[in-house]
This record gives sequence, structure tokens and C-alpha cells, in this order.
Amino acid sequence: MHEFLENSATRTPDKVALICSGQRLTYQQVDVDANRVANGLLAAGVQRGDRVAVWLPNSVEAVLAIFGILKAGATFVVVNTTTKPDKLAYVLNNCQAKALFAPGRQTETIVEVMSSVPSLTLGVLCEQDADEGAALHSNVQSFPALLAAASPERPANSCIDVDLACLIYTSGSTGDPKGVMSTQANVAFAASSIITYLENVPDDIVINVLPLSFDYGLYQLLMTFKFGGTLVLERSFAYPAATLKRITEERVTGLPGVPTLFALLLQMDLSRFDLSSLRYVTNTAAALPVEHIEQLRDTFPWAKLYSMYGLTECKRTLYLPPEELDRRPGSVGIAIPGTEVWIEDEAGQRLGPGEVGELVVRGSHVMQGYWQNEAATAKCYRTGRYPAERMLYTGDLFRMDEEGFLYFVARKDDIIKTRGEKVAPKEVESVLYRLPGVVEAAVIGVPDALLGEAVKAFVVCAPDAGLTERDVLRHCAQNLEDFAVPKQVEFRTSFSKTESGKIQKRDLR
Amino acid sequence: MSTTNAIETQIRSYILENFLYTKDEGKLKNTASFLEDGIVDSTGILELLLFVQETFGVQVEDEEVVPDNFDSVERLTRYISMKTGVPC
Repeated sequence: MHEFLENSATRTPDKVALICSGQRLTYQQVDVDANRVANGLLAAGVQRGDRVAVWLPNSVEAVLAIFGILKAGATFVVVNTTTKPDKLAYVLNNCQAKALFAPGRQTETIVEVMSSVPSLTLGVLCEQDADEGAALHSNVQSFPALLAAASPERPANSCIDVDLACLIYTSGSTGDPKGVMSTQANVAFAASSIITYLENVPDDIVINVLPLSFDYGLYQLLMTFKFGGTLVLERSFAYPAATLKRITEERVTGLPGVPTLFALLLQMDLSRFDLSSLRYVTNTAAALPVEHIEQLRDTFPWAKLYSMYGLTECKRTLYLPPEELDRRPGSVGIAIPGTEVWIEDEAGQRLGPGEVGELVVRGSHVMQGYWQNEAATAKCYRTGRYPAERMLYTGDLFRMDEEGFLYFVARKDDIIKTRGEKVAPKEVESVLYRLPGVVEAAVIGVPDALLGEAVKAFVVCAPDAGLTERDVLRHCAQNLEDFAVPKQVEFRTSFSKTESGKIQKRDLR
Repeated sequence: MSTTNAIETQIRSYILENFLYTKDEGKLKNTASFLEDGIVDSTGILELLLFVQETFGVQVEDEEVVPDNFDSVERLTRYISMKTGVPC
């Protein structure tokens, strides 16, 4: 996968590859600096196959770290920048990370995390306060120092395409995050398939406001470098007008988004921005409401709108060819090029049009399973037609129309999709149970116009606990990623239970 | 008319109460970046925008919702003072 970058650097060394935080880096500059990162990691003892984590916001450093790790033959693990220290340490211990890239302003946290992750031998601090932090601790260095001390030459790389490129952690229904193992071949295949249907060309300029910890955001980087385009990397979509201004200034052609982003956009007066350069707009993570599809079509009649569906376990699964959108606005389409999908019932029988069953996926984008978690892997990934082939059981219920176009019906588990992110109710409930005074807790997703689903917590407190909504939210904000913090808290005196004593969640809806 | 100090106090108490869930004034520096320091999440900026419009009666244009105006107590205070004509 490092070849995505190296091939483009060879073909078009002087072309701008990355625009981020006021910097414009050519392919050659990115390639050389990623070489330095790789050589720095190798000098620090990182070896082929080691895991190296990137806990950074979208930034030049995050891009260089990802490609530097690949060039060193190691496996990168991008962790959401709002992940709290306990969960970060869990992930780092789970994958036995050897090194960690992190923000300099989090030096104290990093030192604390490093003490609880024995496998970590190197911390690399980036951006503000990096030098000050690095000066204080022996096994920590600053990103500029790592670069300055390392050779700009391409390191020898003996990785082959069955080696792991990355682990992408995703929420599981048990509450503990699971690392989806992607080989170089998995990523290269998925990226090629998506590039094929989006018809990407080197002239494309893609803007990415989604976190690189989210596979949808990460693949914007990987794909753009593969087809030799330009990536405009933004911190987030917190300031929509700033993003729209960037689209105008940079003549952006591709805008990937999630329903929350489009809901925010549609609240604005978009006629004040010149968005005529947009060639395509993509949506995934959750379905776009049909009225938003219509409004987007009216807003950007010149741009192709792709409704898509996927899950980290195989990256992308389905896409609706844009010319089908008016005829079937509720569909997320057909299998991506070079892959196959079908719907099965509980007995493993393939189902026909109109029937509801689980979506099953077959193709080279089906990942390798979950890192050191055989039980979870066995649940989702099953042996395919041939002994070495894996098929993915998505856990999502779909139906198909007469022409084979697919429609999402529901999830089989209780995972909440909010703002494009997956939240396991179990994880939020575990955090709530750690708050003194909480006797029982139950978390569900409730419909929300902006977020798709909002996280709602129901709490039963001890009689003398005296907990307020603010106490509960503060505790959650200190222990959960920002998107997982409940938007609503409701206090109850008791919950109705099933015969086996489990909280009856359907009574809460 | 509000003074700059009054504007700052209102912003601080809103952020402390709604994003940091505390009354501890020591938890919020006026220069801290709302996003970079994890004080406000990306959809929280929208909530902040509604607060500014409702509390100060300010008509905020889409293109004014940028980090220079919204990313810290200090910047937001300056922006609202400018919009409401309160001298800094």
C-alpha cells in the first residue's frame, strides 16, 4: 500500500498531494517525509508486522505517520482523537502496539498511557508542545526530531500483499472494541473497486472532513493517493462555512459525507458558495432521509450523488449507481465492482425479492477477522465456497427488489448509529455503572433529525444518590468518545425486566 | 447594554454547564481551543451558535461561523462584542 504513494510520487512528483492546515505538500514531499518517518521508526526498533498507533486529529503528521508506518512494513492503527486514556490503553494493549503518535498537548496522558502499555517503547509527539513534552521523557520524542534524524531514502520493504496493513477498531455489541484486520491486498482491492465506480481520475480533488480513524475517512486518503489526485484534509466538519469556502477555493470535485453533515449543509444558504466544481457527493454510514436526497439533488444538480452502505469488516459493500437514485431513492444499491452479495435466512437459504434476511458478502474486500478474537471472528466470518475463503455475515437485515437492488431494513444487534459512528449501548452502560450511585442503566438509540440516532441513557439511582443529569453527563464525557456521550438522560425508579432478569429495552422506546 | 466582561461570563457559564458539566471555573481557560482541547465536539459548535443567537440577539451569518470567531471563550467574546457594538 505504500506503493499508492510511491507510484504517484514517481509519476507526478511535483503535483500537490495534500492540502492541510495551510500547508500544500507535493507527492515528492509527502514521500520523502514518510520515508523519514519509516526510517525513524526502524531505527527505534519497530519491525515488519509490528503495530504502530496513530492517536492524532486529521493533520499532515497523521498522513505522514500512516504512510511512514506502511513503508516500515508495520501495521498502522488509527485511534479516534477523542478516545479517552482508558480505552486508548485497552486498544494499545490489545494490539500490542510498539509505538504511538500522539498530540504534544497530551504529553501527560501519553506518559501515563505508556506506563500501562508494556509493549510501547516509543511515543512520538506532534504539533503544539511536542518539543517541550519530548524533553521531559526519555522514551518520547518529537515528530520534527524523528524526521530530522532520519534518512529521506526509501527503506527496503519486504512486505507482501498478505501482510496486515492496518487494524481498524470498531464497536462490538459486547462493548469492547475489536480490531478488524485488513491485509494490504484487502485494502488495495477495496480501494480499486470504489475508485472504479466513483470514476476517480488524477484531476479529482477530494475534501475529507471525516476522521482518519473512521474507515470512510481513511480511505479518502488511501484512494486519493492511489489514483494520484489531491486530498484536502480538514480537521472536522465543525465549521461548515469554512469547509464550503475550502471547496470553492480549491475547486474540490469530491465531497464524502455522512447524513449529519448533509443535514447541517441543508440548513445553510448554499447559494452563497460557489460549489460548481463538485463532480460527486457520497453518503454512507447511515441512510440519507429521502427528503434530504431530493434536496441535495436540487442543490447540486450537476453532481452525482452516491448512496452507499458498508461496514469496516469489508470496508464497502454496496453502492447505488447515481442514475438509479430517482427511481429507487431508498435503496443503497448493488454489490461494489468485483464482489458478490446475497440475502440469507436463519437456515442459510438464499432469499428472493421482497424477503427479509441477513446480508452476506463475498469478495477480496472481506477482511481477515478481528485481531486475536476468534470467537467474534467466527460469528461474522465464515468459511466460504473454498477452504481458505471467508464470507462476511454482516448482521444487517436487508431486502431486495425485483431487479436485485438492496434496501437496508434493520440491524440484528442493538448497535446505535449516531452521526455516522457506531456506539455499543453496552459500552455506555458499563461507563454509567461505574458512576457511584447508579444502580441500573440502559442505553438505546432514539431518532434524531441531525444525528440519525441520538444516544439516550435511562438511569435508576440509589435513593440517596442525589445524582443530577449534569453529573451523569460529566461522568460520560470524561470516559467516552464525544459521539458516544448521551444526548439525553432520563431518571427512572425501576425498569421492567424479562423473565431472566434482563432490562426490557423495548419498553423504553 | 452588556459589557465585554458580562459577555465573557455568560459564555463561560454556558460552556462550563453544557459542555464540561461543571461549575468549576478552573476547568476552562479563556484561550483554550474548543475543538483542539476537546471542550466542544464538532456538532457542539451548532449548539453554541444557537446559544449565541438566542442569548445575545446576534444574527450570525453562515460564513462567520469559523474558528477565528468561535474557537475559544476569548475569540467568541471578541466576536460578540464586535457584533453587538460593545467596546473591547
